[in-house]
Amino acid sequence: MTGSIPFDPRVLRAPHPVPGAPDNWKRFFSFNTDAKVIGIQYMVVSLFFLLVGGLLAMIVRGELITPPSDLVDPTVYNGLYTMHGTVMLFLFLFPILNGFNNLLIPPMIGAPDMAFPRLNAAAFWLVPVFGVLLMASFFVPGGPSSSGWWAYPPVSTQNPLGHLINGQFLWILAVAISGVSSIMGAINFTTTILRMRAPGMTFFRMPVFCWTAAAAQTIQLIGLPSLTGGAIMLLFDLSFGTSFFKPEGGGDPMLYQHFFWFYSHPAVYVMVLPVFGIFSELLPVYSRKPLFGYKVVALASFAITFLGLIVWVHHMFYSGTPQWMRNLFMVTTMLISVPTGIKVFAWLGTIWRGKLRLTTPMLFCLGGVVNFIFAGITGIMLATVPIDIHVGNTYFVVGHFHYVIFCTITFGVFAAIYHWFPKFTGRMFYEGLGQLHFWLTFIGSALNFLPMHWAGLMGMPRRVASYDPEFALANVLASLGAFLLGVATIPFLLNMVSSWARGPRAPANPWNAIGLEWLLPSPPPAENFEHDVPTVIAGPYGYGLGKPLVADQDRFIARSEEA
Amino acid sequence: MTTANSAAPSPAAEHPHGGYNLTGFIIFLCSESIIFLAFFAGFTVLKLSSPVWLPDGVEGLEVRMPLINTIILVSSSFVAVLAEKALHHRALWAFRGWWLLTMLMGAYFVYGQYVEWSELAFGLGSGVFGSTFYLLTGFHGLHVITGILLMGLMLLRSFRPGNYDGGEAGVASVSLFWHFVDVIWIILFLLIYVWQRH
Repeated sequence: MTGSIPFDPRVLRAPHPVPGAPDNWKRFFSFNTDAKVIGIQYMVVSLFFLLVGGLLAMIVRGELITPPSDLVDPTVYNGLYTMHGTVMLFLFLFPILNGFNNLLIPPMIGAPDMAFPRLNAAAFWLVPVFGVLLMASFFVPGGPSSSGWWAYPPVSTQNPLGHLINGQFLWILAVAISGVSSIMGAINFTTTILRMRAPGMTFFRMPVFCWTAAAAQTIQLIGLPSLTGGAIMLLFDLSFGTSFFKPEGGGDPMLYQHFFWFYSHPAVYVMVLPVFGIFSELLPVYSRKPLFGYKVVALASFAITFLGLIVWVHHMFYSGTPQWMRNLFMVTTMLISVPTGIKVFAWLGTIWRGKLRLTTPMLFCLGGVVNFIFAGITGIMLATVPIDIHVGNTYFVVGHFHYVIFCTITFGVFAAIYHWFPKFTGRMFYEGLGQLHFWLTFIGSALNFLPMHWAGLMGMPRRVASYDPEFALANVLASLGAFLLGVATIPFLLNMVSSWARGPRAPANPWNAIGLEWLLPSPPPAENFEHDVPTVIAGPYGYGLGKPLVADQDRFIARSEEA
Repeated sequence: MTTANSAAPSPAAEHPHGGYNLTGFIIFLCSESIIFLAFFAGFTVLKLSSPVWLPDGVEGLEVRMPLINTIILVSSSFVAVLAEKALHHRALWAFRGWWLLTMLMGAYFVYGQYVEWSELAFGLGSGVFGSTFYLLTGFHGLHVITGILLMGLMLLRSFRPGNYDGGEAGVASVSLFWHFVDVIWIILFLLIYVWQRH
């Protein structure tokens, strides 16, 4: 049973070197079809764009540290915040979560790879393509798109310089390609989860991360085509003289808002659902308790999917929407807080009286949950029509949005990076640097985004380069927080690079976690369990119950440690 | 390592990615139908709300020619089913015949669309009517052309010996795509050509 492992002929036969085999960095720059290589490609590219988007944010906050518009020209400022939003959403968060999907879904369900490996690689390689397109818009006449990440017409259908290739044109093209890439990914992830689970892994034995990934990818499949349709129409209006959204030709600009938000509101759930999955995975590990209410937490993901698709008009309360529609969408929006509230309750139930280990991943997890509760409260405020009409286009929304996108989602992303770093690189990270990263990020984000709520309630409008001096204090605090966040990336990058290069070797299961991925060596071999897939005999979170997860578990543990 | 690799893996296990193509394709079609749904919804909203619909000098759309086109496209779906049945009985030449006929009928549809477009008195820039008309018919036409190309690919593949030993997922997917294009056209025909009163 424990005989020495003979030379693995796959190393020669496989189209790519097996991870863990003598390292070959060149595979990360090739059209590699191994989900784990693609996952790391996604992660590295999106972390690069986190730096790009972060740099843009630094300039934006630098501009806003003083009331007058003095650092950059107001037109340039419009381009900066547009590109900041676009880069962070389409080039940081979506790709990094697809990176997690690639890394985690196959090992978690015991599959050798994704259902469509070539489609998977093609979906990844579209990311640098539209990344370059978007970056190129800085260098075309007229500069990048300046219409905000919503690209509402009529602002987005203006082409004052008359060039066919302009910033807005490239923006739409990039978003459309991003949509194609995401759809390719979504088909892959859903097919993999539906068809490639290990024997014995029923839906209700699947880790919550896979549930949330499936729920999120369902939103992609239903919602993204609507944005793509709207983007095609917008492109034609901008460049080919149609009048879908132009009132002078009989069109309707409101129609675009419907197309846009039908996807772009649920898009937030596409990003936050996997992070809910990450919280649900990590909290049991670091509390040594089973996930509270596993089945309900799993099913709540799909409740969020369903409700998330019928709330989009709450972004249009102040766009001349009829009152009956406002009331209807106010109710559906508030209903969303039921399944999300269930999840928060379950997380609190999980850590209640648990043996908490406050290591970096757990700190980011707890920070994310705390921030999410705050974001949920301001979310309910914004769902209320009278409040939303008052604060709808102010910094209150910016604060709320960043509490969701940064303080919840990005915290979850960091938690997951630290948690699964040893598994996929085979190296341990430095805990001290991780904790420093957490505290700088936590303090920086509170300093950055909390004062925004205050400025917004006082009436500071969003998307302006200059503002009334009465908002100065809130903006100085926010800018200092933003610069602190910029500083916080230094220990993070230092930790990632140095740990990956020369960190201590990671054991197969450093956190003593339960899950199929922890029964594999670190890093896992190219096709995970290959033909020797374990049979799952229990639910995913048996902490403290002392029951095995799979049949013949000792053999798998021994094998993973031996490699 | 007693249980691992003890038996020679079956061919299906050697190629674990082959069996999911149809599942993936159906998921893709569901998603693709939403983009048409978005266009149909947009068309309906614009038609109901726009103060001006037809451009100046345009009375409406000629229905006779598109109706013939519709009949051809809808019947081609049934021909595709005949081709699939032939393939199922391993009658390869009958499959190729029916399949080619489907392609020709699709090509005729595209030709008919081209003739109709070239005779119209309005263009893409003629207000919201022209915009929606060309967007919907054009986007659908692209799907028809894609379908014909995919069928051509399947036709070529049928000459590869032993191509269908592992299943007919490719042909089944393309056939499904063709039915999809067909159903979309029926809705489109009803919306654009039958519902003409503003």
